[in-house]
Amino acid sequence: MGHWFDFIGVTILLVNLMALSSSRVRSCVRIVAAQGALIGCIPLIQHLPHITPAQTLFPLVNIILKGVVFPWLLLRALRAANIRKEVEPIGGYPLSLLMGVAIFVISYWLINRMSAPGHPASVLNAAVSFSVFLTGAYMIVSRMKAITQVIGYLMIENGIYLFGLAYLKEQSFLVEMSILLDVFVAVFVMGIAIFHISREFDHIDTEKLSELNDTMTAGQGL
Amino acid sequence: MITILLITVPLFSGIASFFIREDRPRRVLMAACSIFHFIMVMALLSFYGREHGVFSQWFGFDNIGIIFLLITSILFFGASLYGVRYLSDEAKYARARAKSGGLFSPEAVFGGCFLIFLSTVTLTIASRHLAIFWAGVEATTLTSAPLIYFHRTKRSLEATWKYLLICSVGIAIALLGIFLLTVANNNQTQLFLARLIENAGCMNRQWLQAAFLLLFVGYATKMGLAPFHTWLPDAHSEAPSVISALLSGALLNCAFLGILRVYQVCSVAGLGHYCREVFIAFGLLSVIFAAVFILRQRDYKRLLAYSSVEHMGIMALGIGLGGIAVFGALINMIGHSLVKAGLFFSAGNILSCFKTKKIDDIRALMSSATRRLGILWMFGFLLITGTPPSAVFFGKFIILRQAFLSGHYLISIVFLTALAIIFAGMARIVISMTQGEDDCRPRENNSYNATGFTRTCLPAAFFVTALALGLYFPGWLTDILRAASRSLGGA
Repeated sequence: MGHWFDFIGVTILLVNLMALSSSRVRSCVRIVAAQGALIGCIPLIQHLPHITPAQTLFPLVNIILKGVVFPWLLLRALRAANIRKEVEPIGGYPLSLLMGVAIFVISYWLINRMSAPGHPASVLNAAVSFSVFLTGAYMIVSRMKAITQVIGYLMIENGIYLFGLAYLKEQSFLVEMSILLDVFVAVFVMGIAIFHISREFDHIDTEKLSELNDTMTAGQGL
Repeated sequence: MITILLITVPLFSGIASFFIREDRPRRVLMAACSIFHFIMVMALLSFYGREHGVFSQWFGFDNIGIIFLLITSILFFGASLYGVRYLSDEAKYARARAKSGGLFSPEAVFGGCFLIFLSTVTLTIASRHLAIFWAGVEATTLTSAPLIYFHRTKRSLEATWKYLLICSVGIAIALLGIFLLTVANNNQTQLFLARLIENAGCMNRQWLQAAFLLLFVGYATKMGLAPFHTWLPDAHSEAPSVISALLSGALLNCAFLGILRVYQVCSVAGLGHYCREVFIAFGLLSVIFAAVFILRQRDYKRLLAYSSVEHMGIMALGIGLGGIAVFGALINMIGHSLVKAGLFFSAGNILSCFKTKKIDDIRALMSSATRRLGILWMFGFLLITGTPPSAVFFGKFIILRQAFLSGHYLISIVFLTALAIIFAGMARIVISMTQGEDDCRPRENNSYNATGFTRTCLPAAFFVTALALGLYFPGWLTDILRAASRSLGGA
């Protein structure tokens, strides 16, 4: 089964780079949704020959949430806020892609350096999970729009979930539940927040959300 | 049994408050529920010796937990009384906003979230399972976000957005830390604190180290340690003052407890030295950050927020220094929570009076009309900066003493310098606010309410308690603190 996991791992990595290089917000949402759905498939393949209903249920819920519900909510928020503009990363797309590759190299090196007590199902997947996590963090830092930050947050979630799949052999129900809760509520609340932001400011550019700033408040008095 | 009541009663009353249409009964429910919580905690304390704290694997209070619970309960008790007064004063203002629509009125959201927030904080403190603890911290973020957005202005929206985004990333990092901890624990997914401490000896140290770092960064984001504190000044300055008091006095402590729990496990596993270095580094950095930003502050609520960053840093430093300093850190925590809550209540009164958060616009608080506000503000400032007989002073003094005794001279000098800068910076601001020519008058005739008895006696009560703790420390509290500090590797 190992080559299957490596195959999915490589696909996820490529999707990761696609997300970094995509210029449109809409396609970015779809790419991350595809990534979420792909990761959701892994536990299904893991148990494939003898799969119990209980083992199917959770991954299915996960796939539906990450592959269908969240992208739908985000796209709806996009439409409501009337955004069609580009993603506008700081430093441009080539730098973003380079960062994506660098992040993967670093995470591969890190994972190989740490000797796990129980060996992971696939070292590649572990490295990929770390790089998805870090890419999400990079997206949040380098993209200025509220919606791209939510996408980055979703990528962080994907990375964490993949990490759990790669390392924790027996799936603890608690951990799974907490991820679901996390994703569901965070995006739900954030989606509403985006809607409010766009309605009140006519833009969802978080860089312009800078009224609360120490340097500025200090400058006013001088 | 009491633990379950402590969690469920506020939860269900909170849900009920969303559906109560009349303002008055909702306010009564809010206050009644907080008072009930306080009485229950007192009952728990009096039974405490007999049942020895821990009730089950899942929930219960050990020596560390009971201190956090006590502080939380006192703060919510005070905040609910202040909040009832505050809401009725702000009612006209809130009603005008309510026209913008929404399923529930802002006040219903306030009442409901306030009580559910209390429930989630209690749940977090009571949990003895790291995954439940994590879920609790997340729930506190979600329930407090609508409270910050209470005024529904552009600025409060910005603050809420930053709060949600930064804290949820922090929480995600903490979850990754929990996964790493599970791997370190040989893939055993039962993360009961008691069992983790038992097993700590046979954990994989490399992975545990990584797990500690991630959990530390994750919870430190919520706790407001520099450089992860960026959400804190915004949220504290934009939230209603009652909520700022709770964020500062209860929520930040709650995240601190998370770090302490992991530290407990790590120190048994022999990583104590490594963890203490992390505590010292980030603690010192927070104090320095606070010193820099307090100096050039123009907004008095942000000033208080940076003072919270400072105190979180002092607490982390105390844990990091070990020995008697752990005891000092816990005293500092109690003192800080009480005084800071009082200060935020006073800041709320000043804000209601003058309708501005700018330091430059406020002068001569000590003059006749607003004398009560001025005295409280000055008194609170003296207490929070650690002027002798107060609990905060004892905390700082003990930590400093330990730093000198253990030969950390450089740390002591940096720490003392930062404290001096903070004192000078705050003194300049507070003196300019309280003294001077009586040129600007309170706008509108709202000042009568804000200087009224209820709104001034509560902060005064908090200040007096903190002062009293500095003069006389009750024996039972000392015993609990001693035991707690021993289980955190202190003396």
